[in-house]
Amino acid sequence: MNQDIQSFTISIYTENNIGLLNRISAIFQRRHINIESLTTSQSEIDGVNRFVIVVNICEEQAIKIVKQIEKQVETIRAFYHTEDDTIFTESSMFKIKSELLFDEPQIQNLIKESYARIVTVNKEFFVLEKSGRRNEIEALRKELTKFGIMQFVRSGRIAVTKDEMKVTEVLHAFNNKY
Amino acid sequence: MKDTQTIKKQANNTQKTMRISGSEAIIHCLLAEGVDILYGYPGGAIMPVYDELYKFRDKIHHVLTRHEQGAAHAAQGYARISGKVGVAMATSGPGATNLITGIADAQIDSTPLVCITGQVASHLLGSDAFQETDIVGISTPVTKWNCQVTKASQIPEAIAKAFYIAKSGRPGPVLVDITKDAQLEEFDFKYEKCTGVRSYNPIPDTDTEAVKEAAKLINAAKKPMIVWGQGVILGKAEAELKAVIEKAGIPSAWTILGASAVPTSHPLNVGMVGMHGNYAPNVLTNQCDVLIAIGMRFDDRVTGSLNTYAKQAKVIHFEIDPAEIDKNVKTEIAVLGNSKDSLSQLLPLLETNSHDAWLQEFKDLYAIEFEKVIKEDLTPSKEGLTMGEVIKQINIETKGNAAIVSDVGQHQMIACRYADFNISKSNITSGGLGTMGFALPAAIGAKMAAPEREVVAIIGDGGFQMNIQELGTIFQQKTPVKIVVLNNEFLGMVRQWQQLFFDKRYASTEMTNPNFVAIAEGYYIKARKVVKREELADAVKEMIESKESYFLEVCVEKEGNVFPMIPTGASVSEVRLC
Repeated sequence: MNQDIQSFTISIYTENNIGLLNRISAIFQRRHINIESLTTSQSEIDGVNRFVIVVNICEEQAIKIVKQIEKQVETIRAFYHTEDDTIFTESSMFKIKSELLFDEPQIQNLIKESYARIVTVNKEFFVLEKSGRRNEIEALRKELTKFGIMQFVRSGRIAVTKDEMKVTEVLHAFNNKY
Repeated sequence: MKDTQTIKKQANNTQKTMRISGSEAIIHCLLAEGVDILYGYPGGAIMPVYDELYKFRDKIHHVLTRHEQGAAHAAQGYARISGKVGVAMATSGPGATNLITGIADAQIDSTPLVCITGQVASHLLGSDAFQETDIVGISTPVTKWNCQVTKASQIPEAIAKAFYIAKSGRPGPVLVDITKDAQLEEFDFKYEKCTGVRSYNPIPDTDTEAVKEAAKLINAAKKPMIVWGQGVILGKAEAELKAVIEKAGIPSAWTILGASAVPTSHPLNVGMVGMHGNYAPNVLTNQCDVLIAIGMRFDDRVTGSLNTYAKQAKVIHFEIDPAEIDKNVKTEIAVLGNSKDSLSQLLPLLETNSHDAWLQEFKDLYAIEFEKVIKEDLTPSKEGLTMGEVIKQINIETKGNAAIVSDVGQHQMIACRYADFNISKSNITSGGLGTMGFALPAAIGAKMAAPEREVVAIIGDGGFQMNIQELGTIFQQKTPVKIVVLNNEFLGMVRQWQQLFFDKRYASTEMTNPNFVAIAEGYYIKARKVVKREELADAVKEMIESKESYFLEVCVEKEGNVFPMIPTGASVSEVRLC
């Protein structure tokens, strides 16, 4: 098994109950593993939540952690994936002074070239939204920093997998059993 | 909590709802789950429940311990000897936090526990109210499941789920935190037992193919060895294990929590594995060709250095918890499922066999251990009393039928090594967490759950003083437990390590002890102290014959050591005899 530290995306299907985030993050904390990013949202199944967690660990750790997560009563299924197994993206927002839009024509080019989207413009500031790979967002941030960014925020990674997850089957199996 | 997540069983279809308070509902839930005894300590945020307990005192016996930690351990003792769910109750804040050590102990030793804590009223949550603490947050890493209830209507489902989760699959502790306003609120009560949680699969299906593969490997083995753990006891698979061992003629060893599943006297029972286990099973772990692990988790105290653990062997792991597979030791074949089911499936596939030459290797190594360690432990030539001879005397008087509740340290290892166990669920000890102070309250719970059994607590002078206040519970409840304190005026196990690995620098391990007999007598418990060997047999006899609780202090050799021993980080085959 590959013992090299690499970036793994851990996908978890869970119930939407209070305290579960704490229970899941405790599994990483106990093993002294830093969470690089964490996103939680509704999944494709009504009433089922999905966590997407990015961590830098070796595969053996990933396997053990996924088992520990699945062991939690309110976890339906958990999976780990390499970057190649998933299609992933991050989202970011930039708040910038509106005057720069007119004083620095280069910004308009940057927006076009990076496929960023203007969310809103008012007298004081405008807001840019950019989704994509981390390096694309970072490149844009680097460029915009030169002009001054009022606020910057980036989301955690969200990812879908190339392979099927078969979570619905797990729920069906449960319903048939009881 | 949403109804869609939990499957509920209609206890009685004609059952009508009744309008009652949340706290009365808690009592009805407990009664519906068959609870007749619970352990706890009242306080502000749980008072409405205690008020109901008072009304129901003829149906449910609340045992007032002297500390909430005592309540948690007593509930553990109750669960461990009976196989039923132990129940502990405490108020918010310090009451709840005092339960934590017992909950953590139950988590690592897979003991089914339901803990109910009171919480400040929901409008005060997060306001740093008096005796407010985030017990759900604090207990999360040491519970199998927990939840907070802020409305009376949520109580029945939360408690039903708590009992179901605590006892199903690999058991464990759960905590339900109930705000005071939820306890006081009235609602239409109806109770339905929980029979399933959709996100939780307690018992993985046994893979028939894996069982076949395992049988093939076992049938072909020349030097097979079984190591069983508590999974056999929790899975009620004692008879199936015995049948497997006898049919295939396999030398079988046990982990500390597996002790008593098969009688100590069984000819194929080759003793305990691990740091202070027996010489033969430790050494031969590294010589067997097939290692069959049943309901055990390859704890570091069992395996020593993993790099040199059973590397020559093919490992078969029978286990209910998928997270244990390949966690510490790589397996050739993993058989998931309940031990009772998997062993029943395995039995008919096994060929009748005997491994006499291989078994003889265990006997030969036992003879060496006997000469170098056991003889001197049980029949000492020196003047000082040994812990081993006290256990031997207890064996004689109880004929191996007692439940032994041991604390943590040297006396624990000696008790587990030398106690005779004829009956399953007879070795009640804090294995995984190693909680000093466990034994006295756990013995109370054990004796109450099994009043027909002789329950003997074996405790060191250190651990005894960690929950010594529970003598008060024994006195008030008139619980006829027998308490043996093996007093060496040291924190003996730490002192042993200081002697062996820290150049005899006895940092903070020597204890100046009080008059233990006077303390026990202060609680009106019959007490006796033994200093000389000549007094031992008579004192143990008197203790066992006593119909009431009895305290026996035995002053043992101050600097006695426990051997065999696998030093930390060493291989099981490097087990030391001196």
